[in-house]
Order: sequence, then structure tokens, then C-alpha cells
Amino acid sequence: MIAQLFSDISGLWAKYSTVYLTGILNTLILAITATLIGCVIGFFCGILQTIPYGPKDNIIKKILLKLVRILIRVYVEVFRGTPMILQAVFIYYGMPYFFGVSFKNIWTVSIIVVSINTGAYMAESVRGGIMSIDPGQFEGAKAIGMNHWQTMLYIVLPQTLRNIMPQIGNNYIINVKDTSVMFIIGFSDFFAVHKMVSGAVFKYFPSAFMEMGGYLCLTLAASFLLRRLEKKLAGKSNYELVNEDQLVMAAGTYSYPAESGSPFDEINKDYKGEGQ
Amino acid sequence: MSEHILEIHHLSKTFGSHAVLKDIDFIVDKGDVTTIIGSSGSGKSTLLRCINLLETLTTGEILFHGQDVTGRKMNPSSYRAKVGMVFQSFNLFNNLTVLANCMIGQQKVLKVQKEEARKRALYYLSKVGMAPYINARPDQISGGQKQRVAIARALAMEPEVLLFDEPTSALDPEMVGEVLDVMKSLAEKDHMTMLVVTHEMSFAREVSNRVLYMADGLIEEEGPPEKIFTNPDNQKTRDFLRRILQG
Ligand SMILES: Nc1ncnc2c1ncn2[C@@H]1O[C@H](COP(=O)(O)OP(=O)(O)O)[C@@H](O)[C@H]1O
Ligand SMILES: [Mg+2]
Repeated sequence: MIAQLFSDISGLWAKYSTVYLTGILNTLILAITATLIGCVIGFFCGILQTIPYGPKDNIIKKILLKLVRILIRVYVEVFRGTPMILQAVFIYYGMPYFFGVSFKNIWTVSIIVVSINTGAYMAESVRGGIMSIDPGQFEGAKAIGMNHWQTMLYIVLPQTLRNIMPQIGNNYIINVKDTSVMFIIGFSDFFAVHKMVSGAVFKYFPSAFMEMGGYLCLTLAASFLLRRLEKKLAGKSNYELVNEDQLVMAAGTYSYPAESGSPFDEINKDYKGEGQ
Repeated sequence: MSEHILEIHHLSKTFGSHAVLKDIDFIVDKGDVTTIIGSSGSGKSTLLRCINLLETLTTGEILFHGQDVTGRKMNPSSYRAKVGMVFQSFNLFNNLTVLANCMIGQQKVLKVQKEEARKRALYYLSKVGMAPYINARPDQISGGQKQRVAIARALAMEPEVLLFDEPTSALDPEMVGEVLDVMKSLAEKDHMTMLVVTHEMSFAREVSNRVLYMADGLIEEEGPPEKIFTNPDNQKTRDFLRRILQG
């Protein structure tokens, strides 16, 4: 039995290895591209949804922001609430139907569908991520004069990104697997290869076995890399104390014009002999 | 005549129907170290937050060097950069190192060049004794150290006034001293203009030159610490001090 399976697999591999590898490559490219674009969409929507407005803001700004929030809500609900396989069909056949344009490249439409789908999930993750940042972070930034965009860009979004890394990883792994539904519009991913090959040579189980292993390798590798990335984003777990002498050299050239003495007066008494 | 940095006129603040601040009036002059004391819920934090425009006033005005800062025409960012704030809960930026915490405001708000911002940050971190920790992240240092970094971050903006909202209340007792020492040195050596909400009566007594006692959204009594702590005019002040000094 086992021997049979292995001989079947090596038979398939000898004949179709490039086809399988191309399928894996296509799956990877689609999943990575769509996850990245989906993240951009998600961050964009998440940021737009969390722009604060108060009673003192002007009416146009308030209406615009309300409208934006509603539109994003609709987008999220529609694309989270329907199967991606249907969305693919819907967009692929809908475009020529309504606008008379059809997609010449199956890649374009596949990337669009998966990205939009990922974006809908990411929009919620990012919104939640931003809302879970301690309000003190916003206040600390405001108190030193940073405006909303500076606060978001330098303080809030980096922390949000770190916090939602697990969700980004999740989405990526889901995409590796779920891009397989794009076969419906003719995208030749890893799973489409299985359908084609096994249909040609009637080796359904050996091919499925290879597919299982292949997908697992892809997702395990992703998990591993994501963990490493998370660790990296979390920063060093320890820090080194810096020698005061080096700092005296570095900061000693800063001339604060005020009447206050140098902060190094105590540390370095003979370096500055003025006393009080 | 001394130079008025801040003038608060008829400031009031209501949340819904709750009047938290009622007709607050006072002036801060250059070099003043004013402590604000009063029981919890009397509106001390709200007052500081209004002064730093973290809350919008319901009525009244705040003049900074004679200019109203509450108007819509005023850009709050440039004003906030000149009025530093130190929070009870530190609010250091968790994604940045100690050094970067003290540089980011200079670079992004004051548009200071990176090298210069670094020098300034080091200067003020040394002032609070935190220079050796420049590479640490906020979650890697103690509460007292965090608060000293927060003070350095505010100082690095070279503000004209520093607001402190119970800077030692979230600290373990053994760390209170290190933060008070830094504040004391700022007041006495650097003549920093400071507005300090605190329950540390010894600080109010020894360091500040003026004490405001607040109750129920009003400044009930105001005067030099010798007067407030030894012979207050107001019965409410007397009762409050008796309660707090007895512990
Ligand atoms: N954002 C807010 N919304 C509603 N009520 C608030 C808000 N902030 C403060 N308050 C109320 O204002 C009062 C004064 O609060 P606060 O200024 O924090 O007092 P203190 O700092 O003197 O303890 C409290 O009763 C508090 O519940
Ligand atoms: Mg308070």
C-alpha cells in the first residue's frame, strides 16, 4: 500500500513536477500579493473609520466622515458576508456585463478579488487594533503638539501593526488555502494543478496526498516566518546601559541658553569648574 | 510687573449636565511653581487638561502671553508644544525607545534636525538621570524611571510651562522621591514655570511658591504655602488639610 503510494507519487512527480511547482508558485504569488494589498486596504479603511470628529468640527467634515464610515461598513459586510468563490464569479462576469470590459489577464481579476476580500477582514482587524491602543498614547502625543496624522503614523499605527501581526498571519494562511477557489474563473493555482493532473492520469489519491503535503509545507513555513517577524517587531528583550562618559561627549555640545547649569555638573565636576 | 505666561479667565467645563469646573480664574507668572491641591473629583485633572486643550472649554478663555488660545483660528499643536504635560500614567510611547520618546516631538513638531534632537534628548535625559537607559523601551523600566523619562520628553520640547497631573500617584512609595527630586531641581535650579497637581503636601510646602486649593470645581483658596498650610482662611481648606495630613 505505502510502497504503491510512493511509487505513484514519484511517477507523478517525474512527469508533472514543473506543473506542480508552477501551481505552488502561482498560489504563493497570489496569496502574498493579495495579503499585502489587503493589508493596505485594511489599514486605509481602519484609519478612515477612526478619524475623530467632535461637535466643534465643521458640518462638511462631519458629513463626509459619516459617509465614509457607512461606505466602509457596507464594503466590509458585503465582502465578509459572501463566499469568495461567488465574488470571483460576480466580478469576473459582472464587469463585461455592466461595463463592457472584460479582464484580459486572469491574474488581475484574481488579485483584485482576493485583495478586496482580505481587505474587508483586515479593515475590522485594524479598526479593532487602533481602538485597543491605550488612549494615553494619543494624549501623550497630543500633549507634545503632534497632530492626528503624526500621532497615527509614528505612534499608533506601529503599535497597531505589531498587535495585529497574528491576524495578518491568519489572513495570509487563509489566503494560501482559499485562493484555490479561484480555479472557478480559470486561475491555475496549486489546487487547479491537482484537478488537471489527476483528471489526466486518474491518480486522485496520490495527487491529493501531494497537495496536502504541499499546502501544509506552505502554511507551516508561513507560520514559522511570521513568528520570527513578530519577535523582530517586538524588539530586543534586553537593553544595554550606556556609559555616561560617551553621553557627556555626545550631549556636551548641546548649548542650552538658559541660566541652568549643565546636567553634567555633578557627574563631571572638574569638566566644568564654575561651581555655583 | 512680572510677565504673565498664562491667564485663565472665567473657565468653566461641564460634562453633560455635570459642572466639573465653575468659573476658574488665575494667573501663572514666569517662574511660578503653583501646586493645586484638593480632594479627588474636585476637577484638578480636568483643569490641567483644559489648559493643555485636551478638553474643550465650555466657557471662558485661556491667554498665553496675552493671546487667546481657545479660538478656532489658533493651531493647538504649536501651543501644546510650548505647554508640556506630565501625566499620572506616564503615557510614554510604547513603540519607541527612551531616546526616541524624547526625540520624536522635536523632530515632527518642532522640525529639529535629527542630530540636534538627539543632543537635546540626551541633555534632558541626563538632567533626569535617565541617560544610561536611552536604548530601553518603556516596558523595560520602572515606574519612577518612566516618569523621569516622561519629564525629559516634555522638557525636550523646551516648553515655557510644565503641567504635572499627580506625577507620583501611580508610583510605588520608594519611587516617589526620585521623581520629586527631579521636579524640585527643575523648580529651584532651572526656575521652570510649573503647575503641579499633587497630594505630596511636603512638595507643595517646600517647593511651590503658591498653592491653590480646589473643591467642587472652584478655587476655594489661594495663597503662599506658609499661609495655606499654617493659617488658611477657608474652613474647607482647613478640613481638607486636616484629613490629608493625618493620612
Ligand atoms: N470625560 C469625562 N466625562 C464625564 N465626566 C468626567 C470626565 N472627566 C472627568 N469627569 C468628572 O469630572 C469630575 C472631576 O474629575 P477630575 O478632574 O478627574 O478630578 P480630580 O483630578 O480632581 O480627581 C469627576 O466627577 C469626574 O467624574
Ligand atoms: Mg485627577
